[in-house]
Amino acid sequence: MPYLQILPLTLTLLVFLVAPVGLIGVVSFWDYTEFNLIPDFVWTNYRELFESRVTYSIYLSTLKFTALTWVFTTLIGFTVAYFLAFHVRTLRWQITLFLICTIPFWTSNIIRMIAWIPVLGRHGLINEALLGSGLVDTPQEWLLYSDFAVVLAFVHLYTLFMVVPIFNSMMRIDRAVIEAAYDAGAGPWRTIRHVVLPLCKPGIAIGSIFIVTLVMSDYVTVQMMSGGQSASVAVAMNNKRALLQYPAAAADAVVLLGVVLLMVVGLMRIVNVRKEL
Amino acid sequence: MHDHARRGIGFYLLAAFFVLFVVFLYGPMFGVVILSFQGPDGGLTFPMNGFSFRWFANLFEEQMVGDFKSAFLRSFGLAIIVMLLTVIFSLAAGLAFRRPFRGASIVFYLTVASLIVPSILITLGIGLMFDQLGIESNWYSSGLGAHLTWTLPFGLLIMFAVFNRFDPAYEEAARDLGASSWQVLRHVLLPIIGPSLVGVGLFGFTLSFDEFARTLMAAGVNNTLPLEIFGMTTNATTPVLYALGTVTTGVSFLIIGLSLAIISVVQRRRLRHGSDAGRGMV
Repeated sequence: MPYLQILPLTLTLLVFLVAPVGLIGVVSFWDYTEFNLIPDFVWTNYRELFESRVTYSIYLSTLKFTALTWVFTTLIGFTVAYFLAFHVRTLRWQITLFLICTIPFWTSNIIRMIAWIPVLGRHGLINEALLGSGLVDTPQEWLLYSDFAVVLAFVHLYTLFMVVPIFNSMMRIDRAVIEAAYDAGAGPWRTIRHVVLPLCKPGIAIGSIFIVTLVMSDYVTVQMMSGGQSASVAVAMNNKRALLQYPAAAADAVVLLGVVLLMVVGLMRIVNVRKEL
Repeated sequence: MHDHARRGIGFYLLAAFFVLFVVFLYGPMFGVVILSFQGPDGGLTFPMNGFSFRWFANLFEEQMVGDFKSAFLRSFGLAIIVMLLTVIFSLAAGLAFRRPFRGASIVFYLTVASLIVPSILITLGIGLMFDQLGIESNWYSSGLGAHLTWTLPFGLLIMFAVFNRFDPAYEEAARDLGASSWQVLRHVLLPIIGPSLVGVGLFGFTLSFDEFARTLMAAGVNNTLPLEIFGMTTNATTPVLYALGTVTTGVSFLIIGLSLAIISVVQRRRLRHGSDAGRGMV
């Protein structure tokens, strides 16, 4: 019976996850010409990837986006979750405010990015305000289509992935533990630092896994918010695909998968995912 | 928090931070909604240059940049299919996981892997696979599969959360009264976890309707709505882009509102009938 019940899920994942990823692994060793792919076993795709300096600068840029996004989403996510879990007193309000944070997650990412154009653009609200107040003489070009805009969009889109698991961790903290810390003479800061934060580690770890995998493999945010000026691993990969250099793109994908999995395995050591649900 | 009687300064600082966060989340979208009513000569930024429905009308005209209507219908249909499959597959798998079985942890890790494998690999891999097999990529084949790799993990994880909090005593009582396993499912289990299933459906629909990252190279020749919008961003110079954003977000909000309404109606009805089923499953 259980096997019949898991069959649809398992079959779907075998066909659309395992097989495609396996195929990428295989194709990464193939050879190619301008027009077609040649089944083979060559290391040239990997060699070219590792010998190119561009690869390293692209990875560096992607890691930079990931690190910055992680820092901001963690700080904001922790603060928001802390407010919801410890300062909002009734469950009804907690659920309401939590839903307010969650709803944008169910709307389109692309449109949420487009929404920054009238704010950050050359004639956007911020530039108009800056010009109007006389703080600057010319519109600030770095607001939109820049690395700044990319990180801003990531934080805007993905902070929720931090709020939810951290909030979940916080709601499980026995309030008596907090009381005990206060009774023992710890102030709010020390209580957060030595009681709340350690108990939230699993939540932060789960949030971090989301942030790392989403940002490391992002294509559309970098492409849109940098106006095509910044690079990311996925953007490079898609460029190779557009040139029909599938084996090169596949080798790139395998390396990306390796890097992401290393980071995730590191984070998984902090947390037992199934226990957290 | 140790002082239950009075709100300290900490509360007000944190509340202010929270309000700022909400403004950050929703503010830009408000701008888009307002600007989509831009007058006929209005541009992509403030100020408003009159007021009109011109850009909405534009969406439904044929000669527009991109083909909004069929992309919308395609995405809507796909989202419905993904929603139904996600609910059914996740529920079935969730039921299986309530008792240990051989290979359970493999399936579990496979599902988690589906969530954390970079989307770009899924879309590249599926596109490549269909290409190599000589099957034409399409939204209802390769696209559907790609979306399921994203929605099923959410569905299964929600089912885990539900069953972790589910008291099997209800089912045992039903079985003791002679209910068959189908009757237990139909009359005991489903009514109790119904609201959670609506939640799974909500995830299935919205995640599919807005999905971009896993669709990019797997949708085939006919664009889904997010792909169409992405294509438009590079060449649209009029507020028609915002009108599209307003309509799409409106649809998302409609679905979210509908789901939340169903959930709350079911819960309220339960309270009225004095049943405590489903409590503690917030």
